[in-house]
Amino acid sequence: MIVASHVSKKFGTLEALSDVSFTCNRGECIALIGPNGSGKTTLIKCILGMVVCSGGSISFNGKMILNDWQYRAQIGYMPQTGRYPDNMSIGQVISMMKDIRKADPVKIDDELIEKFGLSSMMNKRMRTLSGGTRQKVSAALAFLFNPEVLILDEPTAGLDPVASEILKAKIITQSKRGKLIMITSHVLSELDDLVTQVIYMQEGKLCFHKRIEDLRKDTGQNKLSKAIATVMLSLNP
Amino acid sequence: MKQIIKYIAIDILRNKIVLGYTLFLLLLSVGVFNLEDNSTKGLLSLLNIILIIVPLVSMLFSVIYVYNSAEFLELLVSQPLKRNSIWLSLCIVLASAMALSFFVGAGIPILIYQPSGTGLMMMATGILLSVIFVMIAMLTAVKTRDKAKGIGLAILLWLFFSLLFDGLVLFLLFQFADYPLEKIMIAMSMLNPIDLSRILILLKMDVSALMGYTGAVFRNFFGTEIGLILSFIVLVIWILVPASLSIRTFNRKDL
Repeated sequence: MIVASHVSKKFGTLEALSDVSFTCNRGECIALIGPNGSGKTTLIKCILGMVVCSGGSISFNGKMILNDWQYRAQIGYMPQTGRYPDNMSIGQVISMMKDIRKADPVKIDDELIEKFGLSSMMNKRMRTLSGGTRQKVSAALAFLFNPEVLILDEPTAGLDPVASEILKAKIITQSKRGKLIMITSHVLSELDDLVTQVIYMQEGKLCFHKRIEDLRKDTGQNKLSKAIATVMLSLNP
Repeated sequence: MKQIIKYIAIDILRNKIVLGYTLFLLLLSVGVFNLEDNSTKGLLSLLNIILIIVPLVSMLFSVIYVYNSAEFLELLVSQPLKRNSIWLSLCIVLASAMALSFFVGAGIPILIYQPSGTGLMMMATGILLSVIFVMIAMLTAVKTRDKAKGIGLAILLWLFFSLLFDGLVLFLLFQFADYPLEKIMIAMSMLNPIDLSRILILLKMDVSALMGYTGAVFRNFFGTEIGLILSFIVLVIWILVPASLSIRTFNRKDL
């Protein structure tokens, strides 16, 4: 569904991504793992077209994403730090997004809005929200339009345990419905019961892309966090 | 595109600065016309104030607004929207807000107190200047990532167009005083929208008789229909070039 071939991105002299290639298909739940500054967020932004790659290409459902914009209707994106216009209220942001996406009311999935208790604070301005509530709004918006692809950048950072359990349950049900899900996270323990594949990145390069069973077999570790730690140690002795 | 324009327009309307600017212009123009017993003299005083204030406010407001809506732009770019239409909507809304403020604040008093060709010319150039400087501001804002740098650059550009450029022209005039520079001066004036507007308005007034030989040459050029049309085309180019450059930059910008 998403195919990246030889993607590279330079910010000035800094090489944020170099020669990254991978293929993702429907029904997969992919964990994007790597140390800070390894280019995970840049890669995600490239897929969304927020960052224009300096080399290589990305295609979505067989169509190049460069200069295309309709494909984004099929992506739900939850940014690392949700930034919204300060003087809009939660309700206004949500209705604006519905308006922009020209969403079909039948397809709207407002389960997360209900479960996060956002419906009771629709009139609060975005500026007054705490980081966690902002994350809740981002998550609710990502799932709101029932998209085929979900891209979640550090979804549980800043969420309280109850909210992050709700979100995890939501991710699992969506994944079972055959949607493509990409997650980056540093809390590896919570990815254990979610992901089916792992992409590991370091210094802008893609180190490996494996199914989680293979990774467990190769490293002899059952837990994802232990397995990744083993890999990291073997890469940087 | 309609939705984006709608949401940006709502946001700008909520902004008190546009309203304040309109009221300030209104106060200024009504005040100036009432102070002078002769409304042509009033127009002349108003001209100098407007040529300073309109570019400054249009530019600073637009630059600051673009930087403040960085989050909003980021949010829109991750949605199924064309980048072209996002940026174009922002340009259209800002330009029409500034042009409308000028029209209400200065245009209507001019029409009331001085409904002559000069007044009309002043209104037209004022509206064009508002739009031109909004577009220049958009270009500065999209080219510089850093907010402080961008605002600084905008102020510098305003200073260049309203003061430094004239200094440069004077310097050239004195250096090459032995040569006939009148034709070159006409070309030079095309390089600065503020100067061009000033000349267009002054030539509509009788004071141009005081400007000597250069004034006569200017009158020969700008006084004719072709000269007038040409100067308006140049002003429109001053809108289109920065606008298209900023759209092109925004299309490749990393957010």
